[in-house]
Amino acid sequence: MARANTNKALMFGYRAYVAAFFVFLAAPLLAAGTFAFNDSLFPALPWQGFTLDWFFNDTEPKLGMFHDRRLLRGLYYSFVIAMMVSVLSVAVGTTNSFLFIRREFPFKNALYILMIVPLVIPGVILGISILVLASNVANSVYDRFEIEIDLLRPGIFLVVLGQFSFITTITTLVISARLRKFDSSLEEAALNLGAGRARVLRTITLPFLRPAMIAAGIVAFLVSFENFNTTLFLVGSESPLTITMYDRMAKVGSTPVLNAVSFFLMVGSGLLALISVAIQRPHPSE
Amino acid sequence: MTDADTYDLECTGISKDFGSFRAVDDVSFRIPSGTFFSILGPSGCGKTTLMRMIAGFEDPTAGDVCIKGKSVLSVPPNKRNVKMVFQHLALFPMMDVYENIAYGLRCAGATKDEIASKVADVLERVALPDLARREIHQLSGGQKQRIAIARCMALNPDVLLLDEPLGALDLKLREAMKIELKLLQHQFDTTFVYITHDQSEALVMSDYVAVMNAGRFEQVGRPEELYHAPQTAFVAGFVGDSNRWTGRAVEVRSDGIKVETDAGLTVIAMAHGNEQVVEGQAVELFVRPEFISATKPGTPDSDLPADNSYTGTVDGVLFNGANSRVLVRGPAGDLIEADVVVTGGADDLREGDPVRLHWARAQSMCFAS
Amino acid sequence: MSQDTKRLSLILLFAPFALWIVLLILLPHIGMVVLSLREKVAPRVYEFGFGNYVDFMNEPIYWNTLMRTGSMSLLVTVLALLIGFPVAYYIAKIAGKRSRGALFLMCLIPLWVSDLIRAFGWILLLRETGVVSSLLVWSGMTDEGIEFLYNDVTVVVGLVYTVILFMIVPLVSTLDGMGDDMIEAGYNLGGNSLTVLRRIIIPYAMPGIVAGCIVVFMLTSGSYLTPILLGGKNSSWFTEQIYDQFITRFNWESGAAFGILLLAFTSLVVWLGLRLSGQSLANTVART
Repeated sequence: MARANTNKALMFGYRAYVAAFFVFLAAPLLAAGTFAFNDSLFPALPWQGFTLDWFFNDTEPKLGMFHDRRLLRGLYYSFVIAMMVSVLSVAVGTTNSFLFIRREFPFKNALYILMIVPLVIPGVILGISILVLASNVANSVYDRFEIEIDLLRPGIFLVVLGQFSFITTITTLVISARLRKFDSSLEEAALNLGAGRARVLRTITLPFLRPAMIAAGIVAFLVSFENFNTTLFLVGSESPLTITMYDRMAKVGSTPVLNAVSFFLMVGSGLLALISVAIQRPHPSE
Repeated sequence: MTDADTYDLECTGISKDFGSFRAVDDVSFRIPSGTFFSILGPSGCGKTTLMRMIAGFEDPTAGDVCIKGKSVLSVPPNKRNVKMVFQHLALFPMMDVYENIAYGLRCAGATKDEIASKVADVLERVALPDLARREIHQLSGGQKQRIAIARCMALNPDVLLLDEPLGALDLKLREAMKIELKLLQHQFDTTFVYITHDQSEALVMSDYVAVMNAGRFEQVGRPEELYHAPQTAFVAGFVGDSNRWTGRAVEVRSDGIKVETDAGLTVIAMAHGNEQVVEGQAVELFVRPEFISATKPGTPDSDLPADNSYTGTVDGVLFNGANSRVLVRGPAGDLIEADVVVTGGADDLREGDPVRLHWARAQSMCFAS
Repeated sequence: MSQDTKRLSLILLFAPFALWIVLLILLPHIGMVVLSLREKVAPRVYEFGFGNYVDFMNEPIYWNTLMRTGSMSLLVTVLALLIGFPVAYYIAKIAGKRSRGALFLMCLIPLWVSDLIRAFGWILLLRETGVVSSLLVWSGMTDEGIEFLYNDVTVVVGLVYTVILFMIVPLVSTLDGMGDDMIEAGYNLGGNSLTVLRRIIIPYAMPGIVAGCIVVFMLTSGSYLTPILLGGKNSSWFTEQIYDQFITRFNWESGAAFGILLLAFTSLVVWLGLRLSGQSLANTVART
C-alpha cells in the first residue's frame, strides 16, 4: 500500500465516499429494475406486491413484455442490427489492427488519428451526416435514372452503417491492443517449422487474437443495442428497441412494462459483459 | 561528543508482524557515521521490510529507530532525513533530470538559485554535468542509477538507503557500478545502507555486512570476518562457496573435533559459532574450495603432511579462468569441490585422473546443528 | 514475401479502412458542409452562400443554446473529473488485489446499460410521484411531493452519471501503470500529500485525465436523451435544435449548419484543452 500511516479517520471517510459513489451508480438501475416486479399500473411507490405480470401476462391493461408485439418486434430488429454491426465491425477492426500494428505506410500517424476521430464525433452528427449523404445520393440517382434505391432511405441498412461508423473504432482499439502484445517470434517459429503464411495466420495469429475478437464483438453488440443518438436519425419503419421504448415513454408515459424491458436488458447486457471480461482475462499460461 | 552522535542510524529491538507472520524479528544494530553498511539475505528474509521501516513506509510493531540519536518513529516518511534509491529507481518519467533532482529541494522550500546551484553541484559530483535537460527515457541504465543517487544526495540525507538498485542491470554494468557506488559513497561521505541478496555485491562494497535470515540478523561484521569466521552455519553457507557436509562429532578435543560425515568421511575440524559441540552431536561442516589443494599423486606438494588428506578421482573440470575448479569423487563416494589453477599445460588435472586432496583443520568449520 | 505480394496485402488491408473512413466519415461530413452552404432563395431554388450561418448568428436563442450546451458540458466534465478521480485512485492504488477487479467490473456494468434505461431510472427516482419524493412525504419531511425533474441541477447530475464511467476507465488504466515506488519516492524526497498529488500523481495521470475529459466532453455536448428526459422540453440543449431543424421543420440546410457548428465548437474546445495540457490526441484517447 502506498502509505502505511495514513490517518485512519481520513481513510474511513475515503472508503465511505467510494461506497456512496457506488450507491449513486446503482440507484437508477435498481429503480428501473425493481418496479418491473411491482403489481401496480404505475412504476412508483407504494409497493403493491410482487408480480411477474409485466413479463408474462397476456391481456391489457397489464400486457407483459413477452406478449407486447411492438416491443418484441423492436427487440428483434435491435438483435438483427446488433448482429450485423458486430460482425462487420469486428472484421474491419481486425484488418485495421493488422494495418496499424504490422505495417508501415505514409501518413500513418495522421491516419491513425483519423481512425480515432469517429469515437469523439457526437452521435447525433454522425447520424445526420450519413442521412444527408445517403439521401443526396438516392435523390440524384432518382432524378437521373428514375430508380429508387430503398437501401439509401432511412431503414435498417442506414442504421447499421451509422452504428458501424463509430463502433469500428472501438473494435479496432480492442483488437489492436491484443495484437500489440503478440510475440512475433511465434510466427517466425511457425514459418521456421515449415508453415505457409496463410497457415500461420490461421493456426497461430488468429487463435491468439480470438479472445479479443470475441470481446470486441460483444462490446460492439452491446453498444449497438443501446445506441440511441445515431439511430434516431436513420431509423425507418423498423424501429429497434431503444427507439420503441422512447416512443412509448413519450406517448404513453412510463408503464411498468418498460421496467420489465429494462430489467431484461440489464440482465442480458450484464451477462454478455461478464462473458467478455472472462474471455479477455489472461490465461495463467500466457 | 556523546555516544549517540557517532551513530547515524540505530535500530533497537525492532519487529514487524503482518498478521501472524513475523517479517522482522527483534533486530538491533548501530551504524557508525560514514560507513557503507549492507544487509545481505535471501529474498523473503525481511530485509526490504526492515528498510521500509527505516524510511517510514511501515510502522514497526515493536522497537525503535533512531537517526543521529533521535527517535524518528513519530516522524512521517516525507520528514525523515533518510533518502532512498528504489529497486526500480522510481525516477519520475514526466520530469527531466533537472526536475527530478530539483523535486526534493522544492519540497524543502529552496529558492530558485539554491536549486540551480545544488543541482549543478550534485550532477558534477556524479560526473554527469551535461545531462540536466535530458528526459529520463533518454538515459542509459548506469546514468539512471547515478541520477537516482544524485536526486537523493542533493538533499544531504543522514542516511541513504539503496534497495537492490543493481538488480536490473546486466552483468558487466553491474560489476562497474559496484566500484562506482563504493567511490560515490566515499565522495559523499554519507552512510549508505545497501540491501541485497547478492553476496558479492555486499562483500565488495561494504565496510560492514549484516547477514539476515528469517527476520533476524545472523551476524554483523566486516566482510572478511563473515567469510573467515562465520558465527552460524547459515552465514557459512550463504556467504561464499563451500563444500557442505552433515555428520556427527565423534571426538571433541581442545585442539579440534573429529567428525564423521553422513557419507562416511572422517574430517578433523575446528568448532565455530557460539554453541558448544559435544561428542555424539549432529554437526554441519563447511570447507571452502579454495582451501582444499588438489594435486596429482607423486608431485612434491602431494606428500606434505596435512590434517585432512584423501585420495580420489577427478569427476569433472569446471574451467572458469582464474576461478577454475575440479569436482573430485572422494573415498566415500561423495563429490568434493576444490579450486585449481588451470594453466593449459600438461600438468593440468583431467577427468579420470587420480588426485590427492588435503586441507588444514582450521579450514574445516564445524557448527552444532 | 516478395515486394509485390507485400504491396498487394497492404492494399488489401488498407481497402476496408479507406472505405470506412471515406464513405462513412469524410464524405458525409463534406456533404454536410456543402448542404449547410446552400441557401434557400425560393421554393426548390437554392444558391451557394453563408445564409444559414448568418441566420444562426442573428438569432440569439441559437447562440445562447450553443453556449449553454458548451458551458454545461464543461461543468459536467469538471465534475466528472473531481468525482471520478478519487474513485479511480481508490480502485487502482488502494483497493486490495481481489476487490480491485470487482470494483472495476461494478464500474463497467452500468456502461453496458442503455442511456435510455439510466435516464428512465432517474425519472422514476426523481419525479413528483417518484421514490425520493414519496420517501420524503412518508418520513414526514414534506407534506406534498416534490418535483426534482426538469431543472438544470438534475440535468447536470444525470449527465455526470451517464458519462462518469468514461472518465474512470482511462484514469484507472493510467494510474494502474504507476508503480507505488513512484509515490513513495515522492514522500521520501520530502513531499507532503499535496505535493505528491500535484507534482507526481496528477502529471503521471495526465494522459488519462485528458483522454477522459475529451471523451466526456464530447459525449456530453453531443448527448440528446438525458437533457430531454431529465430537463424536459425546455432544457435548451443544442442537439435538440439540430433535431428540431431536421425532423420537425424539415429544414436540412440549417440543420446541417447547426451540426457543423456543434462539431467546430466542440473540436475547438478539445483542441484548446489539448494545447493547454500539452497532450496530443494520439497519446491520450488512442491509448485507452
